[in-house]
Amino acid sequence: MRIALMGQPNSGKSTIFNDVAGYKAITSNFPGKTVKYTLTKFNLLGQSIELVDLPGTYSLTSFDLAELEARKYLLKCNVDVVINVIDASLLSRSLELTLQLLELKLPMVICLNMIDEAERKGIKIDIEKLSKVFGVPVVPTIALKGKGVKELFSQAYKIGEKKKIGKTLNFSKDVEKVIGKLSTHIKKKQVDQEFNVPERFLALKYLENDSYFMENYEKKNGDLLKKIIYFQDLLRETHDRPSDVVISSERHHLSMNIYESVVLLIRPHTNLIDYLDNILMHPLLGYVFLGLILYLFFNLVFTAGKMVEEPLLDYFYKIIPLIGRIISSETLLFSIISGIIQGLAGGIAIVLPYLFPFLFGLAILEDLGYLPRIAFLLDAFLHKIGLHGKAIIPFILGYGCTVPAIMATRILESERDRFITSVLASMIPCAARMIIIFGLVAFYINPQAAFAIYILNIIVVTLSGKILSRLLPEVSPGMILEIPAYHIPSIKVVLAKTWLRMKEFIFVAWPLLIVGSAILSLLQYFKADMFINNFFSPLTTLLGLPLVVGTTLIFGILRKELSMLMLIQAIGTANVISVMSKTQIMTFTIFIIFYIPCVATLAVLWREIGSKRTLFTIAFTSILAIVLATITRFIY
Amino acid sequence: MITTLDLIKEGKKVKVIDISGGWGIRQRLGGLGIHPGDKIIVKKSAIMRGPILISVHGNQVALGRGVARKVVVEAE
Repeated sequence: MRIALMGQPNSGKSTIFNDVAGYKAITSNFPGKTVKYTLTKFNLLGQSIELVDLPGTYSLTSFDLAELEARKYLLKCNVDVVINVIDASLLSRSLELTLQLLELKLPMVICLNMIDEAERKGIKIDIEKLSKVFGVPVVPTIALKGKGVKELFSQAYKIGEKKKIGKTLNFSKDVEKVIGKLSTHIKKKQVDQEFNVPERFLALKYLENDSYFMENYEKKNGDLLKKIIYFQDLLRETHDRPSDVVISSERHHLSMNIYESVVLLIRPHTNLIDYLDNILMHPLLGYVFLGLILYLFFNLVFTAGKMVEEPLLDYFYKIIPLIGRIISSETLLFSIISGIIQGLAGGIAIVLPYLFPFLFGLAILEDLGYLPRIAFLLDAFLHKIGLHGKAIIPFILGYGCTVPAIMATRILESERDRFITSVLASMIPCAARMIIIFGLVAFYINPQAAFAIYILNIIVVTLSGKILSRLLPEVSPGMILEIPAYHIPSIKVVLAKTWLRMKEFIFVAWPLLIVGSAILSLLQYFKADMFINNFFSPLTTLLGLPLVVGTTLIFGILRKELSMLMLIQAIGTANVISVMSKTQIMTFTIFIIFYIPCVATLAVLWREIGSKRTLFTIAFTSILAIVLATITRFIY
Repeated sequence: MITTLDLIKEGKKVKVIDISGGWGIRQRLGGLGIHPGDKIIVKKSAIMRGPILISVHGNQVALGRGVARKVVVEAE
């Protein structure tokens, strides 16, 4: 049996999904973090269930790529049961999607999630009555605490067995008449349907002027198109507004009526957290706190990381001479072993100390719901570079990892915005690059210099944004973003999310790091690294860097943090400052941060913005890196 | 008094009369619960012609100035 979770953004679909799947899907407190669907299989009453977590969608008339993906899946992929997840505290608005889902005539269960939050807000819902109105089971849940989830799935299973579908609720008589007539025409013409959907659903989509359905079928069937236009005009004339508005206000009235009939308003309990926005979104204080929060965040990450890095590094570098006593340091075996140890050390002592506190902190900010607030505060600023506030979410995620950041550009409506945001997000120093900034610049020069790199990065990203939006002029459609209520983060979820993101490093990057170290040892043993270094010598000479740095640049394309670890191995000591001057360290870091994004990023860029634009990004970032690093060499 | 949403002061309650944008913006705002006839409270207005924060059906939504200008409202 295949069950799909469908609902508006931020209603808790992924939380429910994770309840049964273990932590597999990233959850956060901002609308639109699920941009592609996630699958899991589990057993229920001895039956194998396939559960799909679909991206959130406000309606079935979709715009952004994530929403389209959800709709397509629902229409095409033979779903047995739909679980319509609703944020109970936003019931009136959410019912509009419920009505649309019922139009699809699929077996359905309604899940009233965050039922505790709704009651706190003073919304008491008559669950039995709601269930009667729609003719489908309604299950209240508190997914974050796992409450009601079992009951939800057992209801879903029963409904799937019975293939029981809900009621079709009717609009006003005159509108229903038009819908009925158009449905009859659709039936008569036997429209060549790509999707097997009810005629009434199709009729409504036509009356709503949904471009996807209009474009897909009308070219093939000119006769029907005439009818559709006739009925659209009819609705417009009788209601004095466009036909899509007629349909959406019919749905709106219907859901408001249902809402009023099932809800009892009681006295809301206010929490201290409700007043947080008075400070955090204040026109002036908001910015002060934004600066403070980010400053504290990076400071804590650096302090925590440094405390662990130093003793661990010391420990590891004591091991290598010990091995030298057993195996002669001239042998191939020794080179390989010391290479592997350096790879291991790089992972444990340099990467993990910074990565963990960073991802942990980011998860807390995400789950609290601070990210959309940053979008609100920085909207005006982002307009200056031709984007709008929502673009800040990919940028912030970019400080964690560039790959999900570029995926997150799907929440932007316009293709041009997605392109510009993707290119800029690839320039944001991700956690891997943060490791280089902290491990080299903050460690050997000083924390202020590391901070300066972040500021420089923001300036460069801003200017690049200005250039790109000049090249691609288009009026940004403007921001429409839901600002969800704050949630106190659950430590369990925060840790699970941090672990999910760390796994990427531990199982993908770390082995690569160890293998990379071993390969570099081999290259050095056979003196093959000299060829690569000579090849890069024009570049390293231009930047005033030691010749041995050349090889590390190639590794940096695989994974950014590899370039630093390889640097340590290439120069033969962890005490970088004994071989490179502060200027050289700074130049190296600046170059690494801006030049070509890593392989994983290139792959996702290729998929999201296409080959030409990816090649453009490679050229753009390479030139930028060379220019900036050369300037650094001479002025720092 | 009929005006547009971007001109409403913080703390004021208004009623939506019309959404003057095209199909896309109407559907988008509709999905967030903003239709003609709905009541909106303007809660915050960011500096430098930044977005406004509104409350509609117990839910907070940030709208860019350009978007807010397309929402025709009646001030009480």
